[in-house]
Amino acid sequence: MADRRRIRVKVNGREVQGEVEPRKHLVDFLREDLELTGTHVGCEHGICGSCTVLLNGEPVRSCLMFAIQADGAEIMTVEGVAQGGKLHPLQEAFQEHHGLQCGFCTPGQLMTAYHFLKENPNPTEEEVRLAMSGVLCRCTGYKQVIDSVMAAAAKMRGK
Amino acid sequence: MKPCAFEYFTPATVPEAIGLLERYGEEAKVLAGGQSLIPMLNFRVARPKVLVDINQVKELDYIREEKDELVIGGLTRERSLEVSPLIQKKCPILAEAISYIGHLPIRTRGTIGGSLVHADPTAEIPVVVAALEGQMKVAGPSGERLLRAEEFFVTYLTSALEPSEILVEVRIPTLPPNTGWSFMEFSRRHGDFGIVSVAALLFMGSQGRCQKASLALGGVAPSPLRAREAEILLSGQVITEALIMEAGVRAAQATEPESDYHASAEYRRNLAKVFTQRSLQEAWNKIKGGK
Repeated sequence: MADRRRIRVKVNGREVQGEVEPRKHLVDFLREDLELTGTHVGCEHGICGSCTVLLNGEPVRSCLMFAIQADGAEIMTVEGVAQGGKLHPLQEAFQEHHGLQCGFCTPGQLMTAYHFLKENPNPTEEEVRLAMSGVLCRCTGYKQVIDSVMAAAAKMRGK
Repeated sequence: MKPCAFEYFTPATVPEAIGLLERYGEEAKVLAGGQSLIPMLNFRVARPKVLVDINQVKELDYIREEKDELVIGGLTRERSLEVSPLIQKKCPILAEAISYIGHLPIRTRGTIGGSLVHADPTAEIPVVVAALEGQMKVAGPSGERLLRAEEFFVTYLTSALEPSEILVEVRIPTLPPNTGWSFMEFSRRHGDFGIVSVAALLFMGSQGRCQKASLALGGVAPSPLRAREAEILLSGQVITEALIMEAGVRAAQATEPESDYHASAEYRRNLAKVFTQRSLQEAWNKIKGGK
């Protein structure tokens, strides 16, 4: 009989509990147990960045940690970005500047950019390129992703 | 893929962790930041029966200055080191090297101790610790021991740790004011594993002479490689461009690279030469620039 442990986490401001096998990745707990399927599982070894979420405010690869390690932590996923049914300026910018096509990497792009813009509200394009380099995208060629993040930064500063 | 099932423990203290490692021996692996181990578990390249997760051992997360050394707890996150004002001031080469590790979400989890114990010959922290002549404090059932880099790194992915030991602390000398330093790495894309990396330190003495040089290279041998011949060439000399060029040649001669999917041995050796030259030039420029 598999060893299962009870964990409590706060996800997008909501307290939740679960029972997990220690080997269950955080991303699988989010997707399978909490049905928050916005976070995508890509490579499962930390390269692609699609599964990036914020753990206590810092970006992590949710395929490179176990759900049990997040016990007691606050997690923010892509589902927590829009507020009150209204898209976040970052999401609007991705829409307006074609920062996505198939959408697979988008949760990783959004969470990476969300954290980055919080720390760097007025970035140069070079800084955006560096910050976004940890998320792979096979559709856009990255140009539109960079444009989207630059546009979001301007939007969030109040233009 | 998903990891095989394992027994999972979260000790809260170092003695508790060592006790678990003693009990389970070779069947156990220590989980620190997990940025190398968890991919190996996911691929099922590693199938430990027991994981000893030390992330609750809070006493291992610290950065302190003691006399002329920086003393860093084994569980200190790479990101904490990268942004630490103390590290940036007293040992900027470490902060610089860490900025090359993967991407931010890797560095928020990855730890200094984990990177050292994993002993990947292309990893950044081992190369810098070798150049700085840092020391690793290791704790086990029979007490603690302090290991120099050349004792600690055994070969590919192998450190001198016994199965029941953990790396608890890293001690690295602070850089004296008049030191030129440089860390450079070549990789295909930003954030990829480095193909060749170089850490260069020029400790300046009186009358503009280099009192001592320290050069460590990654990706060109089974462990971080000290380029001793090149160091000897530079030590006690007035640095010139010709000397820097020759040091690069000697550093490359000392390498024992292998060919793989990423680069041929010949290419790695050439990179070792060129990047040694460039990093020495940058270190020298820092001194000339009065920084």
